Amino acid sequence: MTVTLTINGQKVTTAEGSTILEAARSAGIYIPTLCHHPDLSNVGACRICVVEVVGARNLQTACTTPIAEGMVVYTDSEIVRATRRFVLEMLLSDHPNDCMTCEVSGDCELQDLVYDYGVKWPEHKGKRHNWEIDPDPNPFVFIDRNKCILCGRCVRACAEIQNRDVWNFAHRGFRTKLVAGADQFMLDARCESCGQCVAYCPVGALYDKMSLGKGRANQVQKVRTTCSYCGVGCNFDLNVRDGRIVRVTSAPDAPVNGMALCVKGRYGYDYVHHPDRLTAPLVRARWLQGVEEKLKGGEWQVFVPQGNGRDGGDGSDHLTVTPDTFIQTDWDTALDVVARKFAEEKRLHGSGAFGMLASAKCTNEENYLFNKFARQILGTNTIDHCARL
Amino acid sequence: MTNTIADITTQSKCIFIIGSNTTEQHPVIGIKVRRAKRYLGAKLVVADPRRIDIADYADLYIRHKPGTDIALLNGLMHIIIRESWHDQEFIATRTEGFEELKATVEKYTPQMVSEITGVPVEQLEAAARMLAENRPGALLYAMGITQHTVGVLNVMSCANLQMLLGNIGKPGSGLNPLRGQSNVQGACDMGGLPNYYPGYQRVNDPAVRQKFEQAWGVSLSDQVGLTVTEMVDAAGRGDIRCLYIIGEDPMTSEPDLNHVRHALENTHFLVVQELFMTGAAECADVILPAASFAEKEGTFTNTERRIQRVRQAIEPPGEARPDAWIIVQLAKRMLALGAVSPRDDAPYAGWDYWGVSDVMREINTLTPIYAGVTYQRLEEGAQLHWPVPDEHYPGTPILHVNKFSRGLGKFAAVDHMPPAELPDDEYPFILTTGRVLYHWHGGAMTRRARNLKTMYPEAMIEIHPHDARKVGIRDRQLVKLASRRGEIVSRALVTDRAAPGLVFATFHFPESAANFLTNPALDPLAKIPEYKVCAVKVVPMPDDQRL
Ligand code: SF4
Ligand code: SF4
Ligand code: SF4
Ligand code: FES
Repeated sequence: MTVTLTINGQKVTTAEGSTILEAARSAGIYIPTLCHHPDLSNVGACRICVVEVVGARNLQTACTTPIAEGMVVYTDSEIVRATRRFVLEMLLSDHPNDCMTCEVSGDCELQDLVYDYGVKWPEHKGKRHNWEIDPDPNPFVFIDRNKCILCGRCVRACAEIQNRDVWNFAHRGFRTKLVAGADQFMLDARCESCGQCVAYCPVGALYDKMSLGKGRANQVQKVRTTCSYCGVGCNFDLNVRDGRIVRVTSAPDAPVNGMALCVKGRYGYDYVHHPDRLTAPLVRARWLQGVEEKLKGGEWQVFVPQGNGRDGGDGSDHLTVTPDTFIQTDWDTALDVVARKFAEEKRLHGSGAFGMLASAKCTNEENYLFNKFARQILGTNTIDHCARL
Repeated sequence: MTNTIADITTQSKCIFIIGSNTTEQHPVIGIKVRRAKRYLGAKLVVADPRRIDIADYADLYIRHKPGTDIALLNGLMHIIIRESWHDQEFIATRTEGFEELKATVEKYTPQMVSEITGVPVEQLEAAARMLAENRPGALLYAMGITQHTVGVLNVMSCANLQMLLGNIGKPGSGLNPLRGQSNVQGACDMGGLPNYYPGYQRVNDPAVRQKFEQAWGVSLSDQVGLTVTEMVDAAGRGDIRCLYIIGEDPMTSEPDLNHVRHALENTHFLVVQELFMTGAAECADVILPAASFAEKEGTFTNTERRIQRVRQAIEPPGEARPDAWIIVQLAKRMLALGAVSPRDDAPYAGWDYWGVSDVMREINTLTPIYAGVTYQRLEEGAQLHWPVPDEHYPGTPILHVNKFSRGLGKFAAVDHMPPAELPDDEYPFILTTGRVLYHWHGGAMTRRARNLKTMYPEAMIEIHPHDARKVGIRDRQLVKLASRRGEIVSRALVTDRAAPGLVFATFHFPESAANFLTNPALDPLAKIPEYKVCAVKVVPMPDDQRL
C-alpha cells in the first residue's frame, strides 16, 4: 500500500508506514538529523529534524512521525529553521569550542549543521560540563563526554547492531551522563571492543584511540578493501596518511557487514607497520657465493632481527658468518638461488621431491599462480594449505 | 556455506550452531545471529562442549561431551523421525538413502544418546522439537565439527539433519561451514589442494587434465598429491626435499609441533614467503619478504563464496613484494633454466601477466565456477557468489535450490565412534583447542597488533573450578599441561566456560601453543587432525618456575 502526501508543495508517493523523513529522502528532499541513523531505531531525541505539518498543533519530528494520506508538510519554513537554530544553540551552549583541534572536524554532523544554519558559538550561556577526558583505560575507544550531545546513537548501536548493551544514560536533565554498564569501565561492562559505538557517534565524543592525532578526514585518503583476518569478508576503508594506515573506518555500503566490524578488523591493522616486518630477501650463507666481498662492499648485510632494540643494517663487521647465517641479499640473488636449486632438484630427484603450502591469507590470484607453479613448473600435485586447521 | 550470511540472519526461524565459537571466531556473523535472535524472532540452539559466548544468547544450550557430535545428531534425528517431523516431500523428491538413515538412527534412543553425550533426555527432546517447529532453519558449524578423526562423518551427520528437515535450498536454511581465514575459501577454490585443479576439477579426471595440459602446454601428473600433514611426514623422512611455503606457519598450526619442527629442520631446502620471522621461517634456507593485504591488489572469497576486492593502500616496506610478483619471477627463471619447456602454442604456457586482473582472466577461462568473475564486474559493484558460469550470470547466493549438484541428496548413515585418544589415569583431562576474540590463528599478525596484544597478552588455558580445586590450581596460576607428545606452560583461567573434565587452550602464542600437545591422528578422509580432543594432564607450577 502506498500513501501520497505533499512535501514543500511536491507530491510524494511512498510506502505506507514510512516516516516523514523516509518519504522526504525518497523524494530527494533534505531534512537534517542527528539522533537518527538509518541502521538504528528512531527515538526522536534531538529534535533537529522538526518539520511543520499543516493541521498539527506543534512541529513534528520527521524521523518518528508516520506519514498519512493527504498530509501537507513543510521542511524548511521560517519557524522550522528558527526551531532548528534554537536546538543547535542549546547544543552549543554545553559544547566545547574545540573544532580547531577536534579529531572529527570536517567529519562532524554537528559542525556541519551549525555551519548550515549560521549559528554562532555562545560565549557565556549557562552551565558547561567539565567531564574528565579519556577516562576509560580500554585501549580502543576514546571518550570525551564534553562533546556528547546525548543523541543515543552509541547506545542503540551497541544494543541493536552489536547486541551487547554496554552503553546507557544515567541520571536526568543536566546531570544526564552516558555510562558504560553501571558507570563502569567499558571492558567491565562486557564491551567487545568492536568500535561500533565510535562509528555511529555523530560528533567527536567517541573516537578511535589508536588514531588520535594521526590525521583528520580531509588529511587522509580512504581505500576500500576486504579484511585480512577471518572468512566473514568484512569491507572497510583503510585511512592512509603519508604512506601509513592511521585508521580503519566503516563503509556504510559494505555488502556483508555494513558499518559493523570486529576488534580485529577495526583495530588490528598495525601489524602491517610492525618493525618485525621482513624487508629484504634472506638467504643462508651456505647457498651463496662471495659472501665476504659482498658484505664488505655493503651490497649485502648480515641479518639482524628487528624488534630486539638493534637496527638491522650495519652489524656486518661485528658478526661472524657461519653457513647458517641469514644474509640480506638483493632479489636477483635470492630468486636465482631458489630457481637454480628447484631446477636442479627437479632434474636429480623428480617432481616428487617438492611440497608446496599455499596460503589462506593470499589472494585468489596468488593462489592460482602458486597452483600453476606447482603443477606446470614443478610437475607435482603435492600442494595444500592450512585450511584444515 | 550453502547460503549467505544475510539470508541466514534475516530469514531463518531457527539457527543451530554446533562446533562454532561464532562470536569470537566470526564476530560479525556472531552479532548478526544475536540480532536475529533478539529482534527478528529467530530461535537459537547452540551445542558445544564449552559454554562459549554465543551460548549465553541461546534459547537452548546443549553441552555435549567432546567427540560425541554424531551421537547427538543421530539422537535428534531419531526423535524427529519418531515424531514424523521430517520433511517427507523433500525427502521423497530430493534425496536418496532415507531408509538406511532411518535404520541407523533408530538405534540412537534418547536414553542411549544421553549416556554417550551427557545431555539430559529432556534437552534432546526439546532441541529436536525446536528445530522441527521452526523452519526454515540454518545450521552453522566450524572447526568444532571438522577437527576430529570423524570430521567428515560429522559433516555428513549435519547434512543428514538438514535434509531430514528439508532445510536445504531456501533462504534461511542450509549447511553452513564458517571458514576460518580471510581467503581459505579462495585458496581451496584456486587449487591449493592436492586432489583438485582450480574450481574443484579433479586431478585424476583425464578430461580435466587434458584441458589444463592444453592450456599450460605441458604434460601434467595424474597422481593425487600429499596433504599438508602427509607432506610434513614425508619431509621428516627426507622423501620431500624441497618445501615452498607461502603465508602459513605450520610451526603453530600443525598438530604435534615437535614433530613438525624436526621435519622442517630436516627438509633439504625450505623456502618461506612471509611477512614475519615465523617459526617456519626460522627453519628456512631462503626467506622471501611478502607484502601484506594493504600493499597489494587482488580478490578474496569469503565464507559465503562471495568474491571481493582487496586494494592496495600503501607501498610494501623495504624490499617486500606481493606474493604474485615473487611467484611470477621464480616461474620465469625456472622457464629460462629449462626446468620445464611448455609448448609455445599453448595459450597460458607463459608467465607474462600485466596485472592481477590478467591472472583473473586466465582463471575465468580455466575455472567454470569463476568464469564470470571479472574485475570490471567487481568494480561495478556486482555481488558475485560462485558459481558464476558466465559474464552475465548474477551469481549463486544459495546452493542446491532445485537440485543438488550430484542430483539427489544422499543421506549417509553414520555411527558414533569415540575419539582416537581418550583420558586415562595418567592423562585424565580432555584438551580441546580454539581461538579467542582478540587473536587470530597462529597469532603472527595479532600478536603484533599492539592493542590486541594488550587485551590478551599471553596464553591462557581454561579449566573448570571443580577440576582446578581437584588439581590444586588457583585462578591465573601457572600450570604445566602435558600430553603424550609434549608439554606447555601457561596461565590458568578458572572458569565454568570449560566443562568439568575439559581444558581449553589456544594456538596463538608459539611458546605455549596447544599444538605441542595435540594428536596428529587424522580423519582418514579429509586428513584433518583431531585438534578438538586429546588426553592431557594438568600440573600446577610455582610462579617463579617460568622460563
Ligand atoms: S566497542 Fe562495541 S561492544 Fe564496546 S561499547 Fe562500543 S559498541 Fe558496545
Ligand atoms: S557519545 Fe556520541 S553517539 Fe553517544 S550519545 Fe554522545 S554524541 Fe551520541
Ligand atoms: S572485521 Fe572481524 S568479523 Fe569482519 S572479516 Fe575482519 S576479522 Fe572477520
Ligand atoms: S533526528 Fe529526529 S529527533 Fe533527532
